[in-house]
Amino acid sequence: MDSVLIPEGVSRCSAKKFFLWTLPWILILIWGAVSAVLCLWKALNQTNMSNIFAFALWIVFDLGLIALGAGAFFTGFLTYIIGKKELKDIINAAVIIGFICYSGAMAILGIDIGQPLRGWFIFWHANIHSMLVEVSFCITCYLMILTIEFLPIILENNKLEEIKPARLFGKNLHSIMAIFAATGTFLSFFHQGSLGGMFGVMYARPFAARGGFYIWPWTFFLFILSAIATGPCFTILIVRITEKLTKKKLVPDRAIQFLAKLSGILLSIYIVLKITDTVSWICTEAHKAGLTFMDFYKEGPYGIWLPITEIGICGIIPAILLVVPKFRKDPKWLTIACILNCIGIVLNRFSFIIVTLAIPVLPFERFWSYLPTWQEWGIALASIAYGVLIFSLAYRYLPVFPKEKELNPIS
Amino acid sequence: MTPFSFEWQWDIGHIIFFGFLYLVLTIVGLGLSWAGLKTVLQLLGLMWERDLEEH
Amino acid sequence: MKHEHNKPLHRYGMVIDLDKCTGCGTCVVACASENNVSVRPDESDKKRFISWMQLYMITNGKEYPYTEVCYIPRPCMHCEEDGHGNPHPPCVSVCVATATRVDINTGIVSQIPTRCIGCRYCQAACPYHARYFNWWDAYFPKGKGLERYLSPEVSVRMRGVVEKCTFCHHRYMRAKRKAEAEGRRELKEEEYITACTEACPAGAITFGDLNNPKHKVSQLIKSDRAFRLLERLNTKPKVYYLSSKEWVRRMADNYLPEELKPVKPLALRR
Repeated sequence: MDSVLIPEGVSRCSAKKFFLWTLPWILILIWGAVSAVLCLWKALNQTNMSNIFAFALWIVFDLGLIALGAGAFFTGFLTYIIGKKELKDIINAAVIIGFICYSGAMAILGIDIGQPLRGWFIFWHANIHSMLVEVSFCITCYLMILTIEFLPIILENNKLEEIKPARLFGKNLHSIMAIFAATGTFLSFFHQGSLGGMFGVMYARPFAARGGFYIWPWTFFLFILSAIATGPCFTILIVRITEKLTKKKLVPDRAIQFLAKLSGILLSIYIVLKITDTVSWICTEAHKAGLTFMDFYKEGPYGIWLPITEIGICGIIPAILLVVPKFRKDPKWLTIACILNCIGIVLNRFSFIIVTLAIPVLPFERFWSYLPTWQEWGIALASIAYGVLIFSLAYRYLPVFPKEKELNPIS
Repeated sequence: MTPFSFEWQWDIGHIIFFGFLYLVLTIVGLGLSWAGLKTVLQLLGLMWERDLEEH
Repeated sequence: MKHEHNKPLHRYGMVIDLDKCTGCGTCVVACASENNVSVRPDESDKKRFISWMQLYMITNGKEYPYTEVCYIPRPCMHCEEDGHGNPHPPCVSVCVATATRVDINTGIVSQIPTRCIGCRYCQAACPYHARYFNWWDAYFPKGKGLERYLSPEVSVRMRGVVEKCTFCHHRYMRAKRKAEAEGRRELKEEEYITACTEACPAGAITFGDLNNPKHKVSQLIKSDRAFRLLERLNTKPKVYYLSSKEWVRRMADNYLPEELKPVKPLALRR
């Protein structure tokens, strides 16, 4: 039915099967759309956010998505600027994942702010001292760049390629991709950092507050490092899931192994720095505020299991698995390492957002609980459903994996 | 915010911050324009004909 | 209108005497009606209600007959620093749209609801929970006459924006206009006071210029009984409290286990 749109020389499932695959995701998208309409129409009382939990599930998803989407800029940087040729086999997937993560995060943010129609105030009345302004500037510009990076891949579609101007435009854009990749790297570096800085500069919130270098709190550097350590792992994970679902080998091992090894090294450095930062935070910022380490982990479900899981189980273990060649080369261990690494970064963002707000600073303030409503889950899960749909469509109709034909010859 | 806005201040923060914003926007704009212009010129057959023959 | 040392000319502040406060809540009501604070059909949802002046009740945790109770009215602290030595409150530097500012002439931390985009970063940055988000459209019960009592001097906030105590800034503007009309440059002490100060039946709240040695507040803050909330965070609040009870003063801040010894010897004892 849609065979004219499918890239030449590759096999794809039937249109019916594909439709059935997309159906559950479409249903989640509809759930998200209903939630979004409710939130925009009836205001944010549709959520369980409160004056205590000013940031909640959506911001966790936003920060998680942006951290996981860091694979796009980092792989782009390595491919176009450093010139790692083997990454050409995975760069398209990385770009599409990045585009999905960033556009999804932006869409959630659009609903999360109380007055979405005033979103442009961030640019027009910008307070340049706010880390969030830097984040907004950079993610908006970076989303433009990701769109530009995605465009040539879309224009390589069988049918679109027949349109001469589109084909030429795509090729011309592709020829100057290094410029966009460099700009994207610059932007990503700063917004990943500023997202961390956002929490580090909350000096009156002892759980988040950090010292730092010049105007940048240590979280600025830790967030950059953790994002580039996890982003490639998320790209690998998505590629592996796609390979499992399609029962095909899509990316040559050398690209995967290169990214995994790099991730492992970066993650190891990050974990060492993260532990150092945590210890120094207990001894300085928390101590100064009159709080001990355990004071932060005694309320509600936010116990000591959080830092243990984040740094230990989802930090040290994947770092070892990724660095030791024996484990890295074993597809099973590699997948486990990638999953743990991704969970670790999301837990890190979760802690900085939720635990910071959940722990009362005033000694006589009570602890309040928070559980998201179905509207909040709807919008958050819709970002995932949207991602699955975009990636599925891209895989089906676009030449996402350049080596697919070579690795899976049709007999 | 532009240097003509009432809130604008000629301090180092504003210059760096908005300098980079407008620089990035310029790069994106020029990049897109360059690709667009090259496409138009190729289509009109004015330039880069050799590129065209390759495809 | 700046001093040589880059210090504001006036630093309006508040002193709340907790020994006098009976917890009657008049300040809360006076504040809400003065500032057109929106109500809800059900005000029991304390996570999402709006009360610029919030009343906390604390106890010493002892069994009867040794139980002691203290009420802490908590307006916006109008902090002077962000806790890192920067000369602005924690909420001001984080605001994306410059919707909250410190007035250099008065030290009052303002909020511009029409400019607020509702990102709530300021709420996250404030350790005192002094900032409130409008989770609903502004609501004043119909047919009960509440809308006829709205103050024309304060605009009603729309949904999706953050609001907070402004030290009744409109009263400052009103007093300034009057002084200007009378050809005076300086305000008298009683000319500008907040609605909560005026309403307190126990006279527990004092308001004035902390920079002016003649104002009562600047004398009160030198008292041995004076303390501020979360002083260790170094946000330098301009709202001070007075209490002769040590357990109350201890409740105002967090202490490490090894610090559990008397904070500050008290000259004045009951």
